[in-house]
Amino acid sequence: MNLNRRSLLKLSAATMAAGTIGLPTFAQAIDELVIAYNVNLPSWDPTVGPSAVNPTIQGIYQSVFDQYILQQPDLSPAPGLLTEWGWNEDRTQVWMTVREGVTWHDGSPFTAEDVAWSLARVANPETGSPIQFVWGTLANHRVEGNRVIADVAQFDPTIFKWMYFLTGYVLPKAYYEKVGPEGFEAAPIGTGPYMVEKFERNAFVRLKANANYWGGKPDFDTVTIKFVTDAAARVAEVESGNAHVTLEVPYEEYDRLTQNGPLAGLAQPISDIGMIFLNDIEVMTDPNVRKAAAHAIDKQAIIDRLLSGYGVKIDTLQTPQYAAFDASITVPYDEAKAIELLAASGYGPDNPVKFKIQTTRGFKPKDYEMVQAIVGLWRKVGIEAEIEVYEIAKHFELRGADQLAPAAFYNWGNSVGDPTTSTGFAMFGPSPHSVWDGEDLIGMIGPLWGETDEAKRIEGWKAVDKYIAENALVIPLLQYVQPILAAPGVTVISHASGALLPHLMKRA
Amino acid sequence: MYEYLDQDEDRQVHADGPPSAEATGRAVIRLLATRLLTTLVTLAGVAVIVFFVIRVVPGNPIAMMLPPGATDEDIARLSALYGLDKPMVTQFGIWVAGVLQGDFGTSITTRQPVLDLVLGRLPATLELAIMALVLAVILGGTAALIGTRFRGGRREGAIDVANGMALSVPDFLWGLVLILLFGVLWPIFHISGRVTPSLDLPFTTDFYLFESLLRLRFDLWADIVAHMFMPALALAIPLAAIIGQLLKQSLKETMNLDYVTLARTKGYGETRVILREALRNAALPTLTLVGVQFTFLIGGTVIIERLFSYEGLGNMAIDAVINRDLPLIQGIVLLFALIFTGVNLIVDLLYAVLNPRLRHA
Repeated sequence: MNLNRRSLLKLSAATMAAGTIGLPTFAQAIDELVIAYNVNLPSWDPTVGPSAVNPTIQGIYQSVFDQYILQQPDLSPAPGLLTEWGWNEDRTQVWMTVREGVTWHDGSPFTAEDVAWSLARVANPETGSPIQFVWGTLANHRVEGNRVIADVAQFDPTIFKWMYFLTGYVLPKAYYEKVGPEGFEAAPIGTGPYMVEKFERNAFVRLKANANYWGGKPDFDTVTIKFVTDAAARVAEVESGNAHVTLEVPYEEYDRLTQNGPLAGLAQPISDIGMIFLNDIEVMTDPNVRKAAAHAIDKQAIIDRLLSGYGVKIDTLQTPQYAAFDASITVPYDEAKAIELLAASGYGPDNPVKFKIQTTRGFKPKDYEMVQAIVGLWRKVGIEAEIEVYEIAKHFELRGADQLAPAAFYNWGNSVGDPTTSTGFAMFGPSPHSVWDGEDLIGMIGPLWGETDEAKRIEGWKAVDKYIAENALVIPLLQYVQPILAAPGVTVISHASGALLPHLMKRA
Repeated sequence: MYEYLDQDEDRQVHADGPPSAEATGRAVIRLLATRLLTTLVTLAGVAVIVFFVIRVVPGNPIAMMLPPGATDEDIARLSALYGLDKPMVTQFGIWVAGVLQGDFGTSITTRQPVLDLVLGRLPATLELAIMALVLAVILGGTAALIGTRFRGGRREGAIDVANGMALSVPDFLWGLVLILLFGVLWPIFHISGRVTPSLDLPFTTDFYLFESLLRLRFDLWADIVAHMFMPALALAIPLAAIIGQLLKQSLKETMNLDYVTLARTKGYGETRVILREALRNAALPTLTLVGVQFTFLIGGTVIIERLFSYEGLGNMAIDAVINRDLPLIQGIVLLFALIFTGVNLIVDLLYAVLNPRLRHA
């Protein structure tokens, strides 16, 4: 074959034409829903290993596996694989009624044995469940008809909330025992709305609708979730029509594409919050410094200017969707009061109080920029903060060792909305994940861990939040808003947990 | 790089006439043995450094894994489960013993054997790097030939400006530009992935590009190229500029040599003189550069694979670092080191074969 310029051009054109076959466009009807997802899925077992506690991939898990209890988009629980649940009178046992008529993806029947086995498995320290400290509070799991009973080894008022939280998934006993962990990783099955058809690690997962799903067959027969970790590439994916839905895109791009572009947008508050941990070391032992730091931050201005208005100002670690949210607890922006408080401790713009603030950069939208803005606001009242950028892995290690700087920016997720998993874990001194060690707060929180009266428990947490706000033991900043972009042919329902769920998507 | 070459010996060899095939073979074997030895030392050094450095830097996988509310006992339990409770030297000994038996450990995040994961991803990265290299050689070579042919004119000036631009913009920015141009404005290439998910792949190896050609499945080949083209081009552009500059400079120097002048006096056209007479000699320094740059190209795939969500080793490496997946990081770094040293060895051997001075040594 003689190659000349003309034949080369022809070959190039043919290659391009062949290569572009299959690129979806907005004009085409959507046969196969394509989602550009923001993170990779490292492992299919939703109960053990680091992936099991990664909030960002729970949406994929919930597409394939069911949780013990269904969580609705507004975070409230609803009957799922368990139709009823509760404690006995003296709180020494839990009972769960298991839904009948459900099948696993391989066609085998789902039974109460699966529930009992799943609970016992994650309670066993040898399986490596990161949440074993919760599941281990139940023991002696047994089946009675379509009921599962377990003894309460240690009363935990949130145990049923964990059944729709991290690692709270039901796995198939017989199948798992037959194929083992490696076989399950290679071919996972669940009872969820979608079945895994093909999985390429770091690339995509292709899902087929489960026609026998107890909650009804999903609207889209085939869903491909592409793992596109770069935000600019995700924007390009939906803008070009290569993907129909994406999430976690820059707010500026969200506005551009939804206000003038062809895409529909959904921006709803989710359960993630931004906050500043205060460590009770150095100048942070001075209440005037802490309170001044809290009052000097104009949260709404930061949300408006840095996040294009996408965020909800918060003054406690509870968002409006959480069980212990109390709108009466406020910490207003008050520059004059901040100056006055600092002056009482001998500080001012000419004699600033100095400390370090740590932050991630790019882990959450505009995290570093927000801290820069806060440092600017602090400077005006007499606080000189030095910014140290760290990786999220370093944050975890420093927090675990109680070695965070006096101030440290972090984001906290709490998709079950219980005060225990927000204020409780973040502020209870003996926990290795809290850096505030004040005995007064420990004394207030301690009794709430095992409080059996739910109303009293929630009121107790509200009192804790009020005390924290009054004494500025932590600086809550904002509740994040999750931006979702969708092609005109798709209607997306936002889930307040932040999970993007294909089975909640419908044809428009 | 070639300090073992003794200049006196070189002259002596020339004085004695052409070397025998046996002498050439001995020289290549000596080179091979020396480089294999240094490769082993290099790999051992890399293994020690990577193992201890990633354990010394802040952030451990257990802290990443445990949610708030976990107790010190939970931390201790999981540390023991992943073997991180043992002294660091003991951990190193266990790991090295495993590596020597082909067991690189198990990934903490994926719970899969590290060797399987790494070898499964390596073909994708190699194919991307090779395609980028081919594109770089084509683009850079063409630029150098045009620049030499029209040296001193406007076209050479334009090529110099283009080379300068290509070099001053990093590859990931070229990637973003390409995404905008060929992914969004004129969407003819795929933005992410390696192959369209809905396609059924009949492949038995992970070398999709090569295997699709061997199987004469041009439909799959076109789909794979449509996925790989933009990341490969983003990687290739800076390298093409380097190749173009160096080759053009070599060609211009060669064009002033006597034998080229002789060719001109025979009445050969300028293009023929460049292609037939000058190019072969001028290409040698570029060949060495291409070999060295290939290793950097593989290193560059880390960011580019991430940007294009390409399922290669680099993309996996970033996840491993984010998640502090220590066994996986160790496996990937060791494999990268193996590739780097291997490619350098091949380049040295190739250079020895092609360079008359070394061939005669």
